[in-house]
Amino acid sequence: MSEQAVSDPAAKIAMVDYLVLDPEPHLVANQCTSCGARYFDRRNACASCFATEFEKVVVPTEGEVASFTIVAFASPGVEVPFVAAVVDCGGTSVRANLVNVAADDDHVKLGMKVRLTTFSMGVDSNGVDGIGFGFEPA
Amino acid sequence: MANDDIWILGINMTKFGKHYDKDVIDLGAEAAMAALADGGVTMADIGILAGGNLRGTGSFAQQLQKQIGQTGIPAYNVTNACATGATALRTAIMAIKAGECDMGLAVGVEKLAGVGLLGATAQGDTDEWERTGRFGAIAPTDGRIGTANMPGTFAQVGMEYGHKYGGVDFELFARISEKNHGHSTLNPLAAYTKAMSLEEIMGDMMIAYPNTRPMCSANCDGAAAAVVVSGEKLRTLSDEQQRRAVRVRASVLTSDPYTERCQVLPDVNTLTRRAAQQAYEQAGVGPEDLDLVELHDCFATAELVHYDNLMLCPEGGAVDFFESGKAHRDGDMPVNVSGGLQSKGHPISATGIANIWEICHHLRGEAGDRQIEGARMGLAHVIGLASACGVHILEAA
Repeated sequence: MSEQAVSDPAAKIAMVDYLVLDPEPHLVANQCTSCGARYFDRRNACASCFATEFEKVVVPTEGEVASFTIVAFASPGVEVPFVAAVVDCGGTSVRANLVNVAADDDHVKLGMKVRLTTFSMGVDSNGVDGIGFGFEPA
Repeated sequence: MANDDIWILGINMTKFGKHYDKDVIDLGAEAAMAALADGGVTMADIGILAGGNLRGTGSFAQQLQKQIGQTGIPAYNVTNACATGATALRTAIMAIKAGECDMGLAVGVEKLAGVGLLGATAQGDTDEWERTGRFGAIAPTDGRIGTANMPGTFAQVGMEYGHKYGGVDFELFARISEKNHGHSTLNPLAAYTKAMSLEEIMGDMMIAYPNTRPMCSANCDGAAAAVVVSGEKLRTLSDEQQRRAVRVRASVLTSDPYTERCQVLPDVNTLTRRAAQQAYEQAGVGPEDLDLVELHDCFATAELVHYDNLMLCPEGGAVDFFESGKAHRDGDMPVNVSGGLQSKGHPISATGIANIWEICHHLRGEAGDRQIEGARMGLAHVIGLASACGVHILEAA
């Protein structure tokens, strides 16, 4: 509730830890220094090789749709329809919504090329803009 | 002494559907007592009880004992998502294999009628962005970063297969559902027993493309129970009991090994293929030896990938396998002649024993109108996220 936050028009927060907004929006993964397995969430040890050292790596911002669904019926409070997808970003699988594309099977195709984009999810009571991400047709 | 010779002695499945007048314990007791009666034994013969129930209090097995017989035997409460029933059965089998007892009872039950979307969580509204959880998310991720719901998750499982091998579209998945709804008309215990045309299926309410409502497993109430026995004990029982007993040629449970993509989309393929490979090896048979298969068609999109995972077809050949008609009840490899989860219903914890019941029913030659003639060997598969896979191969006595 700080006055400073409210008065700072640039105050923003990425939706998740692994979305980095500056200088250009991109995703980062926790990469196992031993085997190279990548995780978007915090891990105690590597699920693949059990090592415990991780380093941040940048995930390519372009990829192709490896799978998708168009969700027409969802939990209360979730806007439908939306396109949920798995995007293959240079060998790293990313879970995301496809945005800026009509949510129908004429427009969303397996294998389509997409790129990362961000958007405002709204401003909270402190004046901080929540920034979400998705992938749009490239 | 270790005992690898395991048999199903008695087994039962309740009617699946809406049981407003029965609670979870009533349903579990109905299946358990019927399985005991089917096997010609009582609770006094049972050395271990494994109770599967996902949505209850966590002490289902002990609550059940109070209704069917408190004999002081070890009671295990097991949960393993949609593989809970198979896990309960496997728990009883492991106790017999370990030589701790010679007879066990496994029960799975769920009250699920009217529950709605599984995997769904209420979305909270906050007036302040605050990071929580392992992703440091400032808001619920479901719907913002993909979907957490089961229909959408399994839709992507099927579409991923299509991306890898080609040949899938909305209509293909709908035709798989049409097959199972057709099969259900012969199963009086199924929750829904109405054949549905392709037009009806494709024209129904879309849940998560390409799965419409009838292509999703039906939430319903139901229970199933099985009595398992060692071969040594079985040989002391009556001729009739021995004649109807069904041999467990393989009993396997796997979890998902690390794969790159399973971090963002459950990989239901790798652990199923591993379970199938282990089961075929344990049984010393191959898919060509099977007379029928009950696989986990929680969604039409899931059935397709499991043709491949269970090696009913060459790798990448699931679409051709389905198009060949082999999976139909009059085909070479009938799949889900019970109607499958899409029409028989999916009371979660009951499912992994109910599919065994279906196979046993055919192997005993007791399946009535839907009997697969001359069935000698069958496979039952179940999967729960994220993830557990049970595969059992069963053979007639």
